[in-house]
Amino acid sequence: MKKFKHILLKTLDVAALSVFEPIVRLCYGEDPRAQLRKIGKFILIPIVAFILFLGVWHVTASGIETKFGKMPTPGVTWEQTKVMVGQVFENRRSEKAFYVEQKTKAQEHETKAAQYAAAAELPKNASQKEAFLAESNAQAELAVNARSATFAGTPTIIYRVVHSLKTVFLGFMLATLIALPIGILCGLNPVFMAAASPIIQIFKPVSPVAWVPIAMILVGALYSGSSMQPAMLSSAIVVAMCSLWPTLTNTALGVASIDKDHLNVAKVLRLGWWTRLFKIVIPSSLPLIFAGLRISLGVGWMVLIAAELLVQNPGLGQFVWDRFQDNSAAAFGQIFVAIFIIGIIGFFLDRTMIILQRSVSFDAPAGA
Amino acid sequence: MSQFGNSYVELDRLVKAYPNPRGEATRVVDGFSTKIAEGEFVSVIGHSGCGKSTVLTMLAGLNDVTSGNIILAGKEVSGAGPDRAVVFQSPCLLPWMSAFDNVMLGVKRCYPKATRLERKQLVEYFLSIVGLGDAMHKYPKELSGGMQQRVGIARAIALRPKMLLLDEPFGKLDSLTRMDLQETVLNLLNEHRITTMMITHDVDEAIFMSDRVVMMTNGPRAKVGQVLDIPFERPRNRVDVLGDEMYYDFRGCLIDFLEGQDRRKHGEPDASMPEPKPVTKPETVQDLMLVQSPAEVSAV
Ligand SMILES: Nc1ncnc2c1ncn2[C@@H]1O[C@H](COP(=O)(O)OP(=O)(O)OP(=O)(O)O)[C@@H](O)[C@H]1O
Ligand SMILES: [Mg+2]
Repeated sequence: MKKFKHILLKTLDVAALSVFEPIVRLCYGEDPRAQLRKIGKFILIPIVAFILFLGVWHVTASGIETKFGKMPTPGVTWEQTKVMVGQVFENRRSEKAFYVEQKTKAQEHETKAAQYAAAAELPKNASQKEAFLAESNAQAELAVNARSATFAGTPTIIYRVVHSLKTVFLGFMLATLIALPIGILCGLNPVFMAAASPIIQIFKPVSPVAWVPIAMILVGALYSGSSMQPAMLSSAIVVAMCSLWPTLTNTALGVASIDKDHLNVAKVLRLGWWTRLFKIVIPSSLPLIFAGLRISLGVGWMVLIAAELLVQNPGLGQFVWDRFQDNSAAAFGQIFVAIFIIGIIGFFLDRTMIILQRSVSFDAPAGA
Repeated sequence: MSQFGNSYVELDRLVKAYPNPRGEATRVVDGFSTKIAEGEFVSVIGHSGCGKSTVLTMLAGLNDVTSGNIILAGKEVSGAGPDRAVVFQSPCLLPWMSAFDNVMLGVKRCYPKATRLERKQLVEYFLSIVGLGDAMHKYPKELSGGMQQRVGIARAIALRPKMLLLDEPFGKLDSLTRMDLQETVLNLLNEHRITTMMITHDVDEAIFMSDRVVMMTNGPRAKVGQVLDIPFERPRNRVDVLGDEMYYDFRGCLIDFLEGQDRRKHGEPDASMPEPKPVTKPETVQDLMLVQSPAEVSAV
């Protein structure tokens, strides 16, 4: 029991959710007054503040008339959330129905194919036999087609979230692959740093929107594969161009500021370049590298929505644009829902990175 | 004695100059010379800031020599290397590795031909002789300061160095842990005779552990002031050493020297004089002391 409490508290701590610590402690009856006071201050007050925010939103929104109708209030947004969830289930139902239908169709074709094949076996004249065989093959092909048909409904919000996440991770990976080696070289070698510095300084402040046309043109010219939609690749490139800087600068800083004592260890042992890199340099700069990665992912997620909106990558960004084009009050409400979804996903991405960051920091006590 | 006689290690007129705030080179250490026999334990004592660490890091190859020579086992030393293992005041363990892996890093480097099992056994051996048999897989942050320093010592010994360099290795420890570790190191050295140079502030530590104490004059332009031989038998035992009547003579001699340096520092009449003030020598140690004159040094 005690042990479980310890694990629970530790988990909250590692997940950077120590706000909820007093609740756990209260459940175990540990100094209830102090815990209640903490709960009041750090859980109840934030909840009250959020309710206040909803109130202000409601009042403000009710007074604004737009060409799409009234500006969505919290109530309307909630209604639209339910509508969107409904669509997800509706879509899932029709998807299931579609596949059931395809399966029966395929089975029908398969039985027919078998019948024709059997008929062809009977002794008939050669031309008739051939006709039966051809028919059998045609039916078999139809069956295969029916089985391999995929459902093409309108993309649901779930599909869009998944697609956006895939795109942002692709971009983030690209950024990391570029930023880590360059950052390490910059940190190791002052001359390299001096050489790279002007380039970094110039490209770092460029707005994501400016990269969009370049990415689209380049992808159009150079990418002919089919494993990925060009729009997804373009968005990922824009994400990468904007999110590689925090990782790069943090990595360079981390590598350049290694503890002199640790470098002395490497000198005394006369470690080779690679051993030094992997045993000393990288481990010692991991905390800063991860701090950089965390900022990068945050930037990437922000940039992604703008990129998707412009490139028409079927993720959340395109959803916002789509709803904007719809010109209805309901669609306006759904844009608000999208805002919340984007925010909440961003929050979870950040939390994940915090947990990773903590798990590599060697000076703070690690989890368990 | 080995083929190198009394000069297994030879520091010859070492000079270290650092630029001062106005950009002029000031000689922090100026003409530090001494010889160390193979297997000998030499302590360097002197006031804070006089340049002890500077001498040691130059010997370790971690600090460039402005002028002068360092010869170890007949060869001129250049750059750092595993033949000169260093233990600093702070343990300098790599915090992302367990005690075992910290020692393993050196073992891998110095026994490239050993098998995986042999290496593992070596690491376990070195950690157990510093008394860490039970805490091998702990990370530095889970170890006390004393235990971390033990890992540092194990890591140094594991390199099978020609020379062990200790810079106030017990400086940050409480006095009980400190005594414990002094004995650990002495026992280690009884077993693996390694030529050692230790820097310390502690007069008792210097006498208990070393064969010879080198006293440094105050900086800037610090060099060897006096040298005191400590002829106690090894293996040493603290009670016997403390009970020996010569102990207090040695102690008095060292303290006299340090106090003399203090007076110099505080601008008393002879402040401008480069020579250390002659110290009153107790009868019994008189013939053990070698006051090095500049003539002697340059004759080396
Ligand atoms: N990198 C440096 N640049 C300029 N001056 C330095 C540098 N390193 C050391 N010094 C100076 O050299 C002198 C000797 O320093 P050192 O660290 O060798 O002293 P120390 O005898 O080891 O002192 P302590 O007993 O306090 O460790 C000091 O006055 C210090 O200010
Ligand atoms: Mg020092």
